[in-house]
This record gives sequence, structure tokens and C-alpha cells, in this order.
Amino acid sequence: MLDFLARLGRGGLGSLERLGRGHLLLISMLAGLPALVARPRLLVVQVFNVGVLSVLIVTVSGLFVGMVLALQGFYILSRFGAAESLGVMVAASLVRELGPVVAALLVAGRAGSALTAEIGLMKATEQLSGLEMMAVDPVKRILTPRLFGGFVAMPVLVALFSAVGVVGGYFVGVGLLGVDDGAFWSQMQAKIDLHEDLVNGVIKSLVFGFVVTWIALFQGYDATPTSAGVSRATTRTVVHSSLAVLGLDFVLTALMYGE
Amino acid sequence: MNARKIEILVGAFMAAGLVALFFLAMKVSNLSAVSTGDGYRLTARFDNVGSLKVKAPVSMAGVRVGRVEAIAFDKKAYEAVVTLHIDESYDTIPADTYANIFTAGLLGEQYIGLDPGAEEVFLVDGDQIVHTQSALVLEQMIGQFLFSKAEEGTQ
Repeated sequence: MLDFLARLGRGGLGSLERLGRGHLLLISMLAGLPALVARPRLLVVQVFNVGVLSVLIVTVSGLFVGMVLALQGFYILSRFGAAESLGVMVAASLVRELGPVVAALLVAGRAGSALTAEIGLMKATEQLSGLEMMAVDPVKRILTPRLFGGFVAMPVLVALFSAVGVVGGYFVGVGLLGVDDGAFWSQMQAKIDLHEDLVNGVIKSLVFGFVVTWIALFQGYDATPTSAGVSRATTRTVVHSSLAVLGLDFVLTALMYGE
Repeated sequence: MNARKIEILVGAFMAAGLVALFFLAMKVSNLSAVSTGDGYRLTARFDNVGSLKVKAPVSMAGVRVGRVEAIAFDKKAYEAVVTLHIDESYDTIPADTYANIFTAGLLGEQYIGLDPGAEEVFLVDGDQIVHTQSALVLEQMIGQFLFSKAEEGTQ
């Protein structure tokens, strides 16, 4: 019994400790921002790693998500004789929810895991300690550019995802299912609001980009410096950042649209 | 991969993102349809506005000429005061115009339809549309229908 209590307490203290270390790491990463402004080239390379390399998976997924939305939406909407609202349905679900959330999940899997493995391996092979020996702060030199790279790349990826998804919905809705071309766009424009829908989607994508890269970097930096440790940290990155994205999405939606 | 190639690809990536955002703003959202703010305001009083919403369209002969800007309640007259924002190009609305609240389709949202009158005096900023017709409330219509059916039965 006492053993069980002790294990529970150890687990609780351990997670609290990790949470604290995560926030301390975040503070020191943010403190590296002035140094990053002086060397923007580091940021460009990380935007390439997180953003450009994820473009293919994000746009292809966006295209298919938009096409499936149009197919399923048409099936339901045509029952009510409202097939012309297909454009609104596709665009609203993409811009408000699916764009930010699915793109963030894809980036967590595609780029977040890569970041964790990279940082974890740097730690395991003592490259981070080597930098410290040379009086270079590894957090400022290695982690800060990656954090802001993810922060910059995510809204761009989300915008691409939503735009490609709307085009995919257009192809299926107008091209395949015969929804009227004009009604598809005009109903969409009448119902989608710039501030209510588009700006809120961009805010979501900024938050997700920040959280996903933060979790990935912390898991890498905090990994046990063995091959098994790095592998565990990579798994944790995908699980934790996916859960964080879905949970935060609920909170943000409640804050933005719940009255 | 050399640094220059990376820079070019990142530049193309950012440009694609901007194009996507621009596409979403112009083609998907209502940015292109937002009136520039030029125009004038009219008020209309209704007994019942139904489920009319702010930003609902104001149309004349089916063409959108403005938007509902505000809906307020007059606590002395027990009426709804609706402020309409009419685009400046439509400045020839006769003074005896009728304002009706219609429903677009069976389940569609409500909008204000203006029925032009015959007078040659035009409404200007701040004027009030005198002739109005309230929204049709489904429950009232059903109630009236049942009432008249019941009367038929007693006769």
C-alpha cells in the first residue's frame, strides 16, 4: 500500500518536474530571440526544415480532405435541397477547424518527431555539451531558431492546407457532383467572415505551431541520452503534441465562438 | 543542399503561403463584398423583426443594395428600430417605399426587401421608411390557421 502511494507520488512529482523544466526551457529559448534577430539565416534554415519539407504532405492531405468533405457534405446537403451551400460547408470546416488541426497533427508527425530525434541525438552524441565547451549557448544557437521556425512555418502551411482543400472541394462539388459554380462561391463569400473565421483560424495556427515545436524541442532536449531514450522521446513528442493540439483546439474554439 | 537553394525554396514557400491567404481572403471570405463604408442610413420600424440579424442583406428587386446595420428596441413604442446601411450608388429610393422582412427559402435567413413606391421625393440620410411589414412568424400563422379552422367547424 505504502509502496503504491510512493510510486504515485514519485510519478506526480516527476511530471511536475518535467512541466517545470519545459517552462524553464521555453523562457531560455525566448531569451535567445535577440540573438536570432542578429542572425536570420539560422531561422531561414529551420523554416526550410519544418515548412518547405512538409509542403507536400500538407497540400496532398488538404486536397483529399477537401474532396472528401465535398462528397460527404453533398450527400447530406442534397437531402435537404441545400446542395448550393456545399461551398460554405467545405470552406467553414476547413478554415475554422480542419485546416489548423489537421495541418498541426501532420506537422507534429512529420516535423516534430524529426526535431526531437535531431536534438535527442545531438544530446546523446554530446554535441550540445561540445557547444557549451566552446562557450556557445546550445539553447540559443540550436533550439531558439527551431522554435521560431515552427512558429513562422505553421500559419503558412495551414493557409496552404485550407486553400488547397477549398480547391479540392470545388473540383469534386462543381466538377463531379454538378453543384452550380456561381452558387458555390457566392454562398461561401456571403457566409465566411474575414475576422470571425479567417483571422481566428490564423490565430489557432500560430498557437499550434508554437506548442508543437515547443513540445518537440523539449522532448528532445530532455531525452535520456541513449538510443532507447531518443526513441521514447520521439514517440512522446507525437503523442503529447497531438493531444495538446486537440485539447487546445477545444479551448480556443470555446473562447472564439462560444458566447 | 547549398544555402542559396534553401533561401530560394523558403522564399517560394512564404510566397505560396501569402498567395493562399490572399486567395482565402478574397475568394472565400467576404472581404471583397464588404462595402467601403460610403453610403447613407435609413431607419425602419417593425412590430416584429422575427429572426432578422445584423448584417443581413437589404435588397431591392432581388439586388443587394445595403445591409442591416443595427437592430434596437424602442421601449416607448414597443417596436423594433432597424437601421439600414444603403450603398451610396442607390440614392433614388422613393419616400413611400415599403420595407418588408422576407425569408430566403424555406429554412433560409431573413432579409429586408424594399418595394419602391411612386413618389418623386427620395429618401436621404437619417430618414425613416414609414411603410413596413413585419416578419411572418410561423407559429402565429399556424395559430391563425387553426383558429379559422375551428371557427369553420362551429358554424
